[in-house]
Amino acid sequence: MLERLERLMISFRGVHKSFGPKHVLRGMDLDIPDGQTTVLLGFSGTGKSVSLKLIAGLLVPDQGTVTVDDQVVSELDPDGLVALRAHIGYVFQFAALFDSMTVEENIRLGLVRRGLGEDEMAERVRESLRLVDLPGTEARYPAELSGGMRKRVGIARAIALRPRYILYDEPTTGLDPVTSAVIDQLMARTARELGVTSVVVTHDMRSAYTVGDRIAMLYEGRIRQVGTVAEIQATDDPVVRQFIEGRPDEAPAEVAGT
Amino acid sequence: MGHGVLASARALRDVRTWLPLTAVQMRRLGVDSVPIGLFIAVFTGIVLALLSSYTFTGAVPLYFVGALVGKTVMMELGPVLTGLALAGRVGANIAAELGTMRVTEQVDALETLAYDPASYLVVPRVTAGVVMFPIVTALAMAVGVASGWFTAINLLDLSSHEFVKGLKLFYQFKDIWFGLVKAASFGGAVTLLGALSGLRSEGGAQGVGRAATSAVVWGCCAILVLDAFWAVVLL
Repeated sequence: MLERLERLMISFRGVHKSFGPKHVLRGMDLDIPDGQTTVLLGFSGTGKSVSLKLIAGLLVPDQGTVTVDDQVVSELDPDGLVALRAHIGYVFQFAALFDSMTVEENIRLGLVRRGLGEDEMAERVRESLRLVDLPGTEARYPAELSGGMRKRVGIARAIALRPRYILYDEPTTGLDPVTSAVIDQLMARTARELGVTSVVVTHDMRSAYTVGDRIAMLYEGRIRQVGTVAEIQATDDPVVRQFIEGRPDEAPAEVAGT
Repeated sequence: MGHGVLASARALRDVRTWLPLTAVQMRRLGVDSVPIGLFIAVFTGIVLALLSSYTFTGAVPLYFVGALVGKTVMMELGPVLTGLALAGRVGANIAAELGTMRVTEQVDALETLAYDPASYLVVPRVTAGVVMFPIVTALAMAVGVASGWFTAINLLDLSSHEFVKGLKLFYQFKDIWFGLVKAASFGGAVTLLGALSGLRSEGGAQGVGRAATSAVVWGCCAILVLDAFWAVVLL
């Protein structure tokens, strides 16, 4: 078990990524161990969501490598990417549910692709909605759901695939504190019950402390510090301290300008 | 754009993804476009009959009205006017829908669910366009000729027999398939440009608006270029 926990399943090595003149990632190095929840923190626009998209192969690094299960993601052909994504569940910031489909159809879409039988698909839809505390919503459309419910359906869609990895992109952004706490509990329960490796991008320190086994701070395109929750809380690094305490003074130049 | 066209061509292999979705798109893009196609055809037929009568001014026998209405509706105005109307309706619809999916990360979500957006979103729409534009155009041709006939017998000094005589005078089967081949190519171009414009959207609502505008403008341009291309190649 210990050996499994210490295996590195996802790693970033010298990753650079630019969008036009904006150099977002500038040599990012990070190891994400198997079976743990790693929280990626950082100021807005520092490349946290970009990092998740690089893991899922939705973006390609300009330089450096992102490795998942010993495979360099950017070197995979389309079939290889499909095979990789079969092991990844992705929860988008605004859920990214398909408007024209019911909750059940949204969850089934990925299952259909995996060629599961009708009975197994129905069971997985039921089970995943039970896990996110939304039984009975199968026939509803995304427009009929609240923001928190949509996020939970997004999580249900991801966990129905029984992935080895779940990537959460700002899962509590825009939610009230109570709903945020529900989502945090849900992420923790999912990690515990399904034994998945999770990567959570968030600005929400309470959420980070609740769900994270390890926390990594991304700053100016590089990882500034990685550690356990206790290590991050006790850090002397002024940038990390400023971020976790939410102090507006001495804001880093690029943040102060925004 | 070239990359998107190549990706769409490769996605044709993924038949089990795009084929079941094509029927829905055929209804949305084709069947739902029939009213606008027929509306344009009715007035095109009326104007053509009156305009040809006015132009002939006694120098040309009036039954040539049938020939002019038939040839023009079947070979040019039926396909081109229907195509231009559908470039607005269908091209903008596709670009706005896929653009919204792009900026709300629904396209990324499709990819993470192991779907190729080209197979799931582009190919069903393009296939529906290639199949349904000629069908809408065929209906428009029939209605355009019928409205020209109705105008001729009611507003011009022309009988049904004379109108039909003129219609048959220079008729060739090529007149119809020439128009339908053009319509199929217009359908492919309008839907492909709409889909690719939508998938390249960025920057929220403004980006989606730009994509819809771009889809209509490029769709109309493509229709005019293809119209000239087929005239050079097939006539």
